[in-house]
Amino acid sequence: MNGMALSDNSKAFLLSIAMLVAILGIWELATPGVKSAGELTEYEMLTGGGGEQARVPPPSQVIEKAVKELSNPFYDNGPNDKGIGIQLAYSLYRVLSGYFLAALIAIPIGFLIGMSPIAYKALDPFIQVLRPISPLAWMPLALFVIKDSQASAIFVIFICSIWPMLINTAFGVANVRKDWINVAKTHELGQLKTAFLVILPAAAPTILTGMRISIGIAWLVIVAAEMLVGGTGIGYYVWNEWNNLDLTSVIFSILMIGVVGMLLDTVFAYIQRAVQFQE
Amino acid sequence: MTKPFIQISGLSKRFPGANGGEPLTVFESANFSIEKGEFVCIIGHSGCGKSTIMNILAGLDTPTDGGVIMGGKEISGPSLDRGVVFQNYSLLPWLSALKNVTFGVRARHPDWSRAQVLEHSQKYLEMVGLTGGAEHRKPAQLSGGMRQRVSIARAFAIRPELLLLDEPFGALDALTRGTIQDELTRIWSGSEQTVFMITHDVDEAILLADRILLMTNGPFARVAESVVIDIPRPRERAEIIHQPAYYKIRNHLVEFLARRSKQLSGVRDHGGEPPVTVRPGADDPDEQERRPASRPQLVSVAS
Ligand SMILES: Nc1ncnc2c1ncn2[C@@H]1O[C@H](COP(=O)(O)OP(=O)(O)OP(=O)(O)O)[C@@H](O)[C@H]1O
Ligand SMILES: [Mg+2]
Repeated sequence: MNGMALSDNSKAFLLSIAMLVAILGIWELATPGVKSAGELTEYEMLTGGGGEQARVPPPSQVIEKAVKELSNPFYDNGPNDKGIGIQLAYSLYRVLSGYFLAALIAIPIGFLIGMSPIAYKALDPFIQVLRPISPLAWMPLALFVIKDSQASAIFVIFICSIWPMLINTAFGVANVRKDWINVAKTHELGQLKTAFLVILPAAAPTILTGMRISIGIAWLVIVAAEMLVGGTGIGYYVWNEWNNLDLTSVIFSILMIGVVGMLLDTVFAYIQRAVQFQE
Repeated sequence: MTKPFIQISGLSKRFPGANGGEPLTVFESANFSIEKGEFVCIIGHSGCGKSTIMNILAGLDTPTDGGVIMGGKEISGPSLDRGVVFQNYSLLPWLSALKNVTFGVRARHPDWSRAQVLEHSQKYLEMVGLTGGAEHRKPAQLSGGMRQRVSIARAFAIRPELLLLDEPFGALDALTRGTIQDELTRIWSGSEQTVFMITHDVDEAILLADRILLMTNGPFARVAESVVIDIPRPRERAEIIHQPAYYKIRNHLVEFLARRSKQLSGVRDHGGEPPVTVRPGADDPDEQERRPASRPQLVSVAS
């Protein structure tokens, strides 16, 4: 059984590598950045892709850029020239502070809503109206009220990550099996002990699902938010490099956004697996 | 006469009907009592309301009418004095078997040290035969019978005054069932504990109980008879069938379940009479003398 699964996995892995090589190969051949493919020059000239400035770079250039950036990710040469590591760290800082602030509020409130059907009904209309608002729509209001672009970006992250956590926590808590609550009751557990020893572990998988959705959304939103507020962060970096017409850097940073997003998701997937249980 | 340990008086339970239909009266004006240290089994067909009665005794459900007094106090909620083995085990699936038991022990003895809690829990897991690594597995990785044994260990380990057992041996094979039945008898006879147990197994009830309550079919079910098991203890599984009283009792029970549980069902306004006491196994003259008081009543209802 296990051996079969492993061989399936390695087959998939080999296929992934093959696809990557194929994509990079086609991309490399299709982009005239490096004059390695002599036969293509004619085609290049026909398509008029000779413009000096805005040309999609071949992967070899992107890799070169990545090696250079990643070998010294934390350099700081003033406001417009910081290493990719510093930019990502700024973004992560904003995402994580907004996110954990949201968790700090969403999980306890979700708990209360889940425990009380009346609170659920009372708060539901507010949640239904606030939830579909695009997080960036809050930006002008945040900038006006908070008067600080850094804090406003954090607020936008806060507001976008609060809903999935709130809704999932409430749902998870409201749907804890009655049998388990009865176990707590027959053991004379107080409210607090019931909440921590029974309801929390029972609802944890659902809560973690909400937290995982939230972190994904937060990472999506931070790029856009930083393009708006500027200054620092990976979103600002992408925009800045576009203004510099440095497409190699743009592609490199797009890839970095993907990699960091994947790492964040992996961490939450891991925690989710740790609290998962089989009934 | 001293008051019984548990007095159930005028107990009724109605559930609201589905989509505003007629409410469902499970049982009405049930009256019976249980003495301290008594082992009482209750038998009745599926759906007659046995689990409902047990939930009320556990304090998890409230009766529509009437009430239960235990040890001079009205039951108004769950308590550690009443340990429950639920029909569906109700283990916490995120905890290992051992942790499920320590969960109960820790609730019962908050002042105990970790080691004490662990030792006590392990003792009860050993008693139900869950050792050798199985105790560290989660409920989902255990068989139905093993889960039931964990649930039994959890309830026994808190040593409650009243043990409420809802078909506790239903999922066990004959051998394990026998072992745990013996263990239950041993624990019970060496203590002041009172046991109220639901079962579908007539032989199990005769082996274990002092008294068997027989319920008619629902709705409007009632506890119609209280059958005294006149078989001396200790009772041996292999020996008991040779007791002259055994088949008399067994036939009486089977006959009730096969025929009279249905005939007697659906009687409303039975006036909340307590169950008729029957002693099919009694043969000494004193008992015979006492019998007429209950027998005629019984016959008149049956015919
Ligand atoms: N929460 C509820 N709402 C409505 N009806 C209920 C509810 N719980 C139980 N009932 C009904 O009450 C009746 C008695 O149920 P109960 O579970 O007590 O039966 P039981 O005697 O334990 O049966 P079994 O031997 O199958 O376990 C059934 O008809 C059931 O449908
Ligand atoms: Mg039942």
